[in-house]
Amino acid sequence: MNFMALDQSAVIGQADKMKPAPRALPVRLSGVAYDVGGLRLIDGLGLTVAPRRRLALIGPNGAGKSLTLRLVQGLIRPTAGEICWGEHAAPPAHSVALVFQRPTLLRRSVLANIRHALAAYGAPRAGREDAAMELLEMAGLADLADRPARRLSGGEQQRLALVRALAAEPELLLLDEPTASLDPQATQAIEMLIEAAAARGTSVVLVTHDLGQVRRLADDVAFLHRGRVLEHGTADEFFDEPQTQEAADFVAGRLLL
Amino acid sequence: MAESPSALSEAFQLLISADPALTEIVLLSLQVSLTATLIAFALGAPLGALIAVSRFPGRGAVIAVLNALMGLPPVVVGLTVYILVSNAGALGPLRLIYTPTAMVIAQVLLVAPLIAALSRLTIEDMHEEYDELFRTLRLTRFAAIGTLLWDARFSLATVALAGFGRAIAEVGAVLIVGGNIAHVTRVMTTAIALETSKGELSMALGLGIILIAISVAVNAAVGVARASGRRMAAI
Repeated sequence: MNFMALDQSAVIGQADKMKPAPRALPVRLSGVAYDVGGLRLIDGLGLTVAPRRRLALIGPNGAGKSLTLRLVQGLIRPTAGEICWGEHAAPPAHSVALVFQRPTLLRRSVLANIRHALAAYGAPRAGREDAAMELLEMAGLADLADRPARRLSGGEQQRLALVRALAAEPELLLLDEPTASLDPQATQAIEMLIEAAAARGTSVVLVTHDLGQVRRLADDVAFLHRGRVLEHGTADEFFDEPQTQEAADFVAGRLLL
Repeated sequence: MAESPSALSEAFQLLISADPALTEIVLLSLQVSLTATLIAFALGAPLGALIAVSRFPGRGAVIAVLNALMGLPPVVVGLTVYILVSNAGALGPLRLIYTPTAMVIAQVLLVAPLIAALSRLTIEDMHEEYDELFRTLRLTRFAAIGTLLWDARFSLATVALAGFGRAIAEVGAVLIVGGNIAHVTRVMTTAIALETSKGELSMALGLGIILIAISVAVNAAVGVARASGRRMAAI
């Protein structure tokens, strides 16, 4: 697959000339609560997303991981508590990108999906076609540029959604279980794209149930349980010496109910 | 009904020989109804999309009215346009009464609510699916409507065909504002009504056969639109 032969230095060079000073990072959440239908799903959540780090959010289903991503993206506003993005009370435009677990692709070609996003991000019309093809090359989808996006395989769709998010040159990339239900090969392709983005200086927050993926990709780990952060530290610390019984159970693969 | 078989064979005779009188009527029908459908679509589809993506007080009532207007009786639309364009009406000075333009206006009013209501339905479903993506992309409402109209193109083609089907088949509105004047405003449906009342069944039957053929063609086109949409994974 040609994306594996991607010239990393070329990508880094491109990022250097385009990346402005960070505006959205660090993202600080303090005392954040979020209610859905009277139920408090996020409760007293405190978390800092640091620049140039890859953070994995882990925890059992219903811990509030996906909601936390939506809060960090600014898609939803907290019921209580505070979130700030650098100096800002709302994320600067297109500084935080979010890739959903089941990506929504437009009913048009692979290339047109990227072009649409570039237009939304305000990329100049003249350079869009080239920029879009460059992103498709990066995702290994250049040969499929004219195919209907919704006819792609699950792994290809996820790669497309990922480079569509990267089209904004975001400071922070949020990923909600990007490799759930993908086979190892497709997972590897996604992980390489994430690592390439991180190498360019993009911070990453990743929600995953795959602890192997956490070890492969994450610098830091935040462990969520019942809408709170129980632990937050480096990945090594977390795996070697979990501080709470819940985290120890989770790492050991015991069911956390 | 001894003359029916001969009327039918005469009708086929008219069709095969491409009778000039019949051809003129068919062409005017197509011209009026296609023009009306295009205008109604240009107005109705964006309106439907706008309602689909907007939240405002009284939205439910607007949708209810729009849905009710889908079944607007053609004669009532004809009467309304007649009052507007007749010499004493607000648009009287334009002298549109008994012209194809008046017929187009009437059919636009008849078909635009149908297209708007069906577009709203289609696009609202799609918007539900796209909403989070649009919000992460921070699309303006204008850009969101543009995206939805394009992504719903195959379904909207079906909606336009439904509008055309209603326009080409209605008789009440074009009869009242057009007056069924030979060579000027006579279209298929008004001609059928007239020829039947005169007992000229062959002409009426010939036109009826064409109307049915058009309706079959419209349905085939709907099938093509749906199949292409599925092939493009776009429905």
